[in-house]
Amino acid sequence: MTINRRKFLKKSSAFGATAALAPGLYAGVAKASSEIEVGVMFSLTGGLSIVEKTLADATLMAIEEINASGGVAGKEIVPIVEDGASDPKTYNEKASKLVLRDRVPTVFGCYTSASRKAVLPVFERRQNLLFYPTYYEGFECSKNVVYTGAVPNQQLSNFIPWIMENLGKKKFFIVGSNYIYPREMAKVSKILIEQGGGEWVADEYLELGHSEWGAMVNRIRESGCDVVLSNVVGDSVIAFYREFINQGLSHDTLPICATVTSEIEIGAMGAEFAAGSFTSFPYFQAIPTEANLAFVDRYRSFVKDPNAVTQHALECSYFQVYLWKQAVEAAGGEATPDTIREGIKGQVFDAPNGRVTIDPDNLHAYLTPRIAQWGADGQGTIIDEYADPIQPLPYVAYGEAGDDLFCTAEGLDTARL
Amino acid sequence: MTDILFIGLSLSSILLLIALGLAITYGAMGVINMAHGELVMIGAYTAVLSGIYLNFNMFVALPLAFATAAAVGLLIERLVIRRLYGRIIDTLLATWGVAILLQQMIRLQFGATFFDVTIPGLGPGLQNIDVPSFLNQPFDLAGFTVQPYRSFIIVVTLTLAVLTWYLFYRTRIGMQVRAIMRNPDMAASCGIDVRRVSALTFAYGSGLAGVAGVLLAGFKTVQPDMGSSVVVDGFLVVVVGGVGSLMGTAFAALLLGQINGLVAVLSNDIVARAVVFGVVIVLIMWRPQGLFSFKNR
Repeated sequence: MTINRRKFLKKSSAFGATAALAPGLYAGVAKASSEIEVGVMFSLTGGLSIVEKTLADATLMAIEEINASGGVAGKEIVPIVEDGASDPKTYNEKASKLVLRDRVPTVFGCYTSASRKAVLPVFERRQNLLFYPTYYEGFECSKNVVYTGAVPNQQLSNFIPWIMENLGKKKFFIVGSNYIYPREMAKVSKILIEQGGGEWVADEYLELGHSEWGAMVNRIRESGCDVVLSNVVGDSVIAFYREFINQGLSHDTLPICATVTSEIEIGAMGAEFAAGSFTSFPYFQAIPTEANLAFVDRYRSFVKDPNAVTQHALECSYFQVYLWKQAVEAAGGEATPDTIREGIKGQVFDAPNGRVTIDPDNLHAYLTPRIAQWGADGQGTIIDEYADPIQPLPYVAYGEAGDDLFCTAEGLDTARL
Repeated sequence: MTDILFIGLSLSSILLLIALGLAITYGAMGVINMAHGELVMIGAYTAVLSGIYLNFNMFVALPLAFATAAAVGLLIERLVIRRLYGRIIDTLLATWGVAILLQQMIRLQFGATFFDVTIPGLGPGLQNIDVPSFLNQPFDLAGFTVQPYRSFIIVVTLTLAVLTWYLFYRTRIGMQVRAIMRNPDMAASCGIDVRRVSALTFAYGSGLAGVAGVLLAGFKTVQPDMGSSVVVDGFLVVVVGGVGSLMGTAFAALLLGQINGLVAVLSNDIVARAVVFGVVIVLIMWRPQGLFSFKNR
């Protein structure tokens, strides 16, 4: 756990050279036929470990459960855990190690888009398979990634119209962290706002990790907006909500409607700062079904923390292992990236959030959009949900529709972009 | 307009709060204390832990954090820095090591992580402190919205600045510190116990960092690496203000905070940050010794 020292050493060229040589020396380790090795790759150290550690835990929990109930087609799953260290470059190295040296047929991992983009070339060049559990900005159509988190249309197509109709708010202030996810979300939001006859008064960004929100909240107050759409990510969220309340704004009159603020951020900021605000996600810890309550209990006892919270990406990390298991079994127990990719198409699983299905065209998941209002206890109350899961449309910002897909099993129709 | 001034003033007060401790350890003692941010972090964790286990509110946590950070500072001085006076680059490396050590101690819960024990309030997660509710409720005063928490920070910072000034320029020990700053050997030959005074000065500077931590915790998240970003701002202020000058530190904090606030309101925070760095570069080119600095004879 001496990450800082290690990071420092890595920068020195001598260590870098040794690390680069190492995978070649150990290539080709024999494997028992009664086992299937898979990669589990999240940041266990560094700034992002706060969230990513929980995703790794959820993945390992699913693996343990599957092994306890007989494994995959009679074989035991053996996880090889690697640490992405909150650094895209490290992610790339670890992905290469898992794919080339360990020769795993699948890696479960990555949290940020930056880390996914960093490992994508490894999986595409080696024809391997990544299971990616995070909600993300869309605009990707890889045959080597199964995306089980929400894409913009699954977080926004219900949210924006709901804000305009049920809250009666028409003037949006869009604010986000300055990188690709918030910017793509803003793009989709603007389309939906204009369709609904609303307007957006500002579209502002602050750098990731920014914690001085005085000027921005002042601007929100002066802008004359009646709702704030927040795509702010990470610990900036906490500073933002706290400043919002400290400047005398209220979620009753000017609610923050967020796409990233989850149970983790709410817990970290103190629930009273978010009470009354809204978030849109396909999964909340507060989903009042038997399946979900049991899932939360199992997770808490797995991590030995009676107060642990669950959230969307964590739930995806969990159920995607089950989808993977079904895909391997559909392929007759043969686990290669190709057979798993074919096997996963159209797989259905009853996850804690409800039924999920993998779209055979774009390998994204059908998910059920939900909106929750946060209470003073740090938990959401589900106040709106779709009756059925909706189709994932990773290119919705560019005009993709359910009957007009850009990303199909044949690949991406680049002429449409 | 008053709004903009207030934002600037509030930014200034936070800068000064962090820089005040550094102005003493770096400015007065010539120690590049990279662990200053971690002392801020320790102050913040003192507030978190005393809130959880002792039910202390923020106001009680302030002196407690001062004492804790000062004690840790004293320990660092005794164990490491004492051997490194006059070796400015060595202090940078050594305190950087101390900083990493302190961060990991909190992250690994002093080792409890290895035994699968979770101590609420420690560990790699995000923590927060409760701010008394009357500090969260803004009120109107002659058409101007007063933000109690920000105002509270400004008041505490001013108090600490005045107190520090008094200690340094109006007390016997302050005079000894200033004598050591100018010339430690000469001070020693005049009968000043240089080791003892230096240790106390370092502890005092560390204690100020602890207080800053409690106040920062009110609007930031508390996490093990929260200190590494604030320490840069602190050094910026001290260098611009002039090494060894309290007055300069205060003035530089006010200047940079106001510039930051003004540009942030007119344009945005990212541009504001760039402008601040630009101003710092120009100022250092113009006066490499800082805005205020004593003459060496």
